[in-house]
Amino acid sequence: MREFIQFTLGGISFGMVYAAIALSLVLIWRGTRILNYSQGAMAMLTTYIAFTVIGHTGSYWAGFAAALAAGLLLGAVIERTVIRPVENKPPLNAVVVTIGLLVFLEGLAGIIYGGQYRSFPPAFSITGLRAGSVALGVSRNDVFVAGAVLAAALGLALLFRYTSAGLRLRAAAFNAYAARLLGVRVGRVLTLGWALAGLIGALAGVLVSPATFLYPASMDSIFVLGFTAAVIGGLDSPVGAVVGGLILGVALNYIGGYLGSNLVPVFGLAALIVILMIRPSGLFSVSTSRQV
Amino acid sequence: MNRSHRVRTPAIVAAAAAVAMIAAGCGGSSSSSSSSSGAATASAPGITATQILIGSHQPLIGPAAPGYSEIAPAANAYFQYVNAHGGIYGRKIKYTYLDDGYDPSKTVSDVHQLILQDNVYAIFDGLGTPTHLAAVSFINSSKVPDVFVASGCDCWNDPSKYPDTFGWQLDYIREGKILGAYIKQHFADKKIGYFYQNDEFGQDGVKGLDYEIPHAQVVSRQTYVPTNVNVGPAVAALKASGAQVVVAFAIPAFNALFKLTSLKLGFNPTLVASNVGTDPITLGGLLEAYAKQGGAKVNGNQLTQGIITDGYLPTLGDTGNSWIALFKKIHDTYDAKAPFDGNVLYGEAVGYTFVQAMLKAGKNPTRADLVSALNHGLPQGPAVAPYAYSSSDHAGVTGAYIGVIKGGALVQQGPVYVTDTSPTGAVTAYTGSEQTAPATGMP
Amino acid sequence: MTLARHAGAAIAAAVVIWVLSVSLSSFRDYQIADIAVYVVAIAGLTVLIGLSGQISLGNGAFMAIGAYATALLQMHLDWPLWALFPASAAIAAVAGVAVGAAAARLHGPYLAGATLLLAVALPSFATQFPGVFGGDQGLAVSVTAPAALGAAFPLTRWLAWVNAGTALIVLVLLANLARSRIGRSWQAVRDDETAAALAGLNVARLRILAFIVSAACAGLAGSMLAVYSSQVSPGSFTVTLSIALVTGAVIGGLGSLAGALWGSLVIVLVPTYVTDVATSHGLSSTVAANIPIVAYGVVLIAVMLLFPDGIQGGLRRFFGLNPPAATGPHTRFNSLRRRQPASEHQEEGTT
Repeated sequence: MREFIQFTLGGISFGMVYAAIALSLVLIWRGTRILNYSQGAMAMLTTYIAFTVIGHTGSYWAGFAAALAAGLLLGAVIERTVIRPVENKPPLNAVVVTIGLLVFLEGLAGIIYGGQYRSFPPAFSITGLRAGSVALGVSRNDVFVAGAVLAAALGLALLFRYTSAGLRLRAAAFNAYAARLLGVRVGRVLTLGWALAGLIGALAGVLVSPATFLYPASMDSIFVLGFTAAVIGGLDSPVGAVVGGLILGVALNYIGGYLGSNLVPVFGLAALIVILMIRPSGLFSVSTSRQV
Repeated sequence: MNRSHRVRTPAIVAAAAAVAMIAAGCGGSSSSSSSSSGAATASAPGITATQILIGSHQPLIGPAAPGYSEIAPAANAYFQYVNAHGGIYGRKIKYTYLDDGYDPSKTVSDVHQLILQDNVYAIFDGLGTPTHLAAVSFINSSKVPDVFVASGCDCWNDPSKYPDTFGWQLDYIREGKILGAYIKQHFADKKIGYFYQNDEFGQDGVKGLDYEIPHAQVVSRQTYVPTNVNVGPAVAALKASGAQVVVAFAIPAFNALFKLTSLKLGFNPTLVASNVGTDPITLGGLLEAYAKQGGAKVNGNQLTQGIITDGYLPTLGDTGNSWIALFKKIHDTYDAKAPFDGNVLYGEAVGYTFVQAMLKAGKNPTRADLVSALNHGLPQGPAVAPYAYSSSDHAGVTGAYIGVIKGGALVQQGPVYVTDTSPTGAVTAYTGSEQTAPATGMP
Repeated sequence: MTLARHAGAAIAAAVVIWVLSVSLSSFRDYQIADIAVYVVAIAGLTVLIGLSGQISLGNGAFMAIGAYATALLQMHLDWPLWALFPASAAIAAVAGVAVGAAAARLHGPYLAGATLLLAVALPSFATQFPGVFGGDQGLAVSVTAPAALGAAFPLTRWLAWVNAGTALIVLVLLANLARSRIGRSWQAVRDDETAAALAGLNVARLRILAFIVSAACAGLAGSMLAVYSSQVSPGSFTVTLSIALVTGAVIGGLGSLAGALWGSLVIVLVPTYVTDVATSHGLSSTVAANIPIVAYGVVLIAVMLLFPDGIQGGLRRFFGLNPPAATGPHTRFNSLRRRQPASEHQEEGTT
């Protein structure tokens, strides 16, 4: 029983990171109908920036802030330069461009920082918390990870619902032509969407890198699972992204614990297929399914 | 001059080592029939009057690259030192290593290029078990010497199937036996848990452990795969089993993850780990961020303190050791950008061994001469235990000492132990002594 | 006659390859075999993506299935080469049915994602059942040149002949398929699924068929890979392989079989060349090994932004081979254009 609780709590920690990646993917999808395969690589690069800043200043929070700022900037720059030309083209073009971006960023990180694993500091202590004498299998840092992602999700929700920028984002995603007619600068809004996605991705990067170590390919498997979570939850739904991430993280932790580490990707695939068979647009999606 | 074949009892091993040391001191006589004094000639593919060309396949990018990518440049650094000091019988060593990204198909391609297009004299230090296994048949059917494979698989020791292939490092089964014997002796009443990589590296290590540790003592066996960094479930299972000592056959990243996850779960076993994953500098580097934590109770060095492991080369912390001094000097001159860690030490040591072998092969060696030279045994060099090289045994280092990591450096505890790979072969203390590094730095 | 024209081109190419294989070095023969593997895999993929409009990021997994099938059939049943190739293609095709059926309901990123996850998950099977699949170390495949060619016949030349010959046969078959009714039906489904269904085409069955064809090609390519590198192991079938296949298809020109050749040449020859150039300019080996990766990324982006029709499209334009009615690089892909929502409320989410 104690094992079960530990598996659950441990799964939540990784699950929150998957949720963050899923959230950033959903953000981009809703805005530009593009699936950003380089989301993980972008997060890796911003984490390297944080690593450099922490190395120079000695302050974790300076690095944390630098990563988030870099994420905003990177997302905006990428949208403006590389993504804008393919936004109205066939979806394959965007797939290829974002994969190209993924490869480019990983190679770049390899050249600038080298391939060796870097130790990235956690925000808070990783020593397990105890309830009396019982180890809970959760650390203060884990609580911070969960809290940070939930705060980001909440912040996004509030942004969408209660601010004019959020309204513009929703309008542009809903119907770009009509939004333009109503005076929304759709281009700027899309850039904002990518910037926010970059921010959330950067957050995911710094939160998970203590546990994965930092190297050019460190975000690859995190991205794959975050993307799986997004698809399971429904690419249209931010709620689905968070819930999907949590469910996936916990479920895969059970698999890893009871059946072995090797089977985790297999079960991820199985879960994806099963859920897409039942609901091809994901669990929480509300768009109508395709009719032929 | 023929060496006596190695027989596995300590006294004769020591005697042979003594003979080897004397012979090495005499400047290495050749046992090949084609040696001749006089001009250097192009006696084999890859050998010209001025150059020896050797090739290798290494993971320079990809998941296996961190750490391992330092080995080839370090070997090359030693070769550059040798080239600057007269070379091998006046020839310079040119070392070409191709990246295979740890992909066996690419390894096969690289090896074809090295042998068919570049015409290398020998394949040196091919890295990785699945990768080299893919290429070893082709190398042997091309009759190219395949020396000092960088892998601890005991599959390189197969003179009938792979007559041109020789291992170098301490293989994983022997290592498991040595660690297992230590555990049997010092932790006889404790519960043991295994944490190992789910491939031949971990499985061979566990095989060796099981030859020594009584089965009833092992309460849990957990594996991990390098593609999944979430070792939480495995560590939780080890904790639940009550293991008081955990033996790990893991790469540095996963030893570090084990330690960190154990902290989270409040699990504090004694950790005994394979040397593959315990280079104190690499491991310390991975845990470094935890030392910088303001206010946190964990500290990088604290996490590596007390880890029990083994070593078959002198420890980096032993700055008075003649080999460490020599290799550090060469590193600082030719490979200064890399940290002076276990991978660099490995690279230089295996480079030294190659030069030893080439000197023994003769002034104008054919490919067969190199193989024959190794079949007649090689002096110990920087390794702490003798090589097994003979015409019936192509395994490399046969033993190691047990060490403990203290203050970020490995400290030797007790003697060097030697053993074999059989289930019943004993683990015995080695009574021979280590060689000192030659003053010129060349064998 | 289309078949005659294609066969004639194939025979001409075969003669050229024979001349090359005899006059170039052993290592070049080996590279011919290497390139042929990618030609087959990329040709299947380019048909899937270019003709039928479905994106697969997981064809490396089908290559793995074909490769392991070959190794196991040879190990346990000792089948000869001419039986191993079609059998492996067939086994991979069966897997393609399963995946295609599951994928038929998925579109765009959902399909891409599912295939990506397939590519990630499949190698784990080899290590999960090491007794059958040989685990991390894989399985050996033994290949010898037939005795009829003489004892001194270089093995690499035999490998070049086998692989190149197989690739040419596959190209002829695919070219005929592309020009046939099925090929046109695929393009109809790609261009407008609704209209195609209204015209009486069985959309789901056609999509699955496309998957089967591309899986069979990938399986055959995997079989060729097993044969010429005389081994199979999970380390050769990572996601990197699947991405390399897509890269080759895009660079060569989507939907174009000649593009499969250009793409293969780029993937096999360019990275080593770039690394050599980088190392000879004094860059450290690790940096030099990363440069082809950066170059890959830049090329992918540049091709998509500037030359969406890839090398073949560029060649066509250069030689003036485009039919006068062609209006530009995106004609082929009108169908894959993002769909406008059928109803205004289709895309609104919950927040």
